[in-house]
Amino acid sequence: MKYIEEFRNADLAQALGAQISRSSRKPLSLMEVCGSHTVSIFRHGIRNLLPKTIRLLSGPGCPVCVTAARDIDRALALARTPGVVFSTFGDMMRVPGSTGSLQEARAQGADVRIVYSPLDALEFATREPKKKVVFFGVGFETTSPLIAATLKKAISSGIKNFTVFSVHKLIPPALRALMSSQEIEIDGFILPGHVSAIIGTGPYQFLALENHTPAVVSGFEPLDILQSIWMLVAQAERDEAKVEIQYKRVVLAEGNRRALQWLGEIFEPVDDCWRGLGSIPQSGLKLRPEWREWDAEVRFDLPTESAEDDPRCQCGKVLRGALLPPECPLFGKICMPESPLGPCMVSSEGTCSAYFRYHSRA
Amino acid sequence: MCIAVPGKVTKIEGDVALVSFGGSLRQANLELQEDVREGDYVIVHAGFVIRKLDEKEALETLELMKGLNLEVY
Repeated sequence: MKYIEEFRNADLAQALGAQISRSSRKPLSLMEVCGSHTVSIFRHGIRNLLPKTIRLLSGPGCPVCVTAARDIDRALALARTPGVVFSTFGDMMRVPGSTGSLQEARAQGADVRIVYSPLDALEFATREPKKKVVFFGVGFETTSPLIAATLKKAISSGIKNFTVFSVHKLIPPALRALMSSQEIEIDGFILPGHVSAIIGTGPYQFLALENHTPAVVSGFEPLDILQSIWMLVAQAERDEAKVEIQYKRVVLAEGNRRALQWLGEIFEPVDDCWRGLGSIPQSGLKLRPEWREWDAEVRFDLPTESAEDDPRCQCGKVLRGALLPPECPLFGKICMPESPLGPCMVSSEGTCSAYFRYHSRA
Repeated sequence: MCIAVPGKVTKIEGDVALVSFGGSLRQANLELQEDVREGDYVIVHAGFVIRKLDEKEALETLELMKGLNLEVY
């Protein structure tokens, strides 16, 4: 397809790899924070083109993986409520909470429906006025504006049997938390292209200004990622720290203004709990108080107790880049995509799942 | 989950575009992106156009990489 194939040219990929090898002197640990980057790096064998000086790490870039077990339990409680149609993106179906998964709840009779778009869930509410349709709002800034747009439609049309359970998360506060924890050394960030298409580059400036850490907003094809790595190497070799955009065909420094405006109208930032990272200030999005009628957390009585992850699961360390999946004693033995212990193995974009599928070829 | 792919707008009716992804057609809501016209390439995520694709920038990025290619060989 146009604007995909051109960015997969093998000769250009080799040339970029050679360019990186020639330029790179300092050892660098570069982190990507997007599940689609994780998968693309494996699928296209990008590590094979890089010199030994470059180490690629995966961070908390998979929304499925960072959703707290407590929030999965609350989603399950909603799904099991009589009269509720619980609608979700398919990725969330198999994530284990402490009382099962949405897939298991559906097998036990709950009305759980997978949707492609939040608009499909709103359509259920219109067509089935006696049902209480809840949409599970999961995702980063790429996805949350779509939920805001859907809620605006529900609000303006007065559709009262539609609510959202929002566990949306924000990427920049998570990067700040990673930098301030100092658990691992990060010398540069490959920033997520589609999150950045919405938020622009402003919210990342602290990386350059406060942490002196280079950062490049990257597209998803192999040439995009290689060019981004080359830009990071060039910055590091010159001892510079800037936020640059490689994915210029899609991302503007100012982001998508309308999406940002609608996000602000519907949601407000709150302190939120991430699986593996714990509580991070102002890192989640909840519905603003004036839209409480459309807020599932207000309309339904949800469990408040905290839930524990399986104590053997090391997803937390994987999400922080502190452990590579093959270093986990459970990886590929007890924990596999068919029988996942934790969310990093469940989601197709989870780091453990990507390692499991591609590692032997990487 | 943030997967979003480029497609070509073949038709617009009100707030909805018909977008072709290598020949397969899907509807996409246009409310988050102004000024989309038929023939534009757009990035679609979960039923919404989240950005227009700037074809001039795409070609410039590729040219930059091809320039590198000449340097190496």
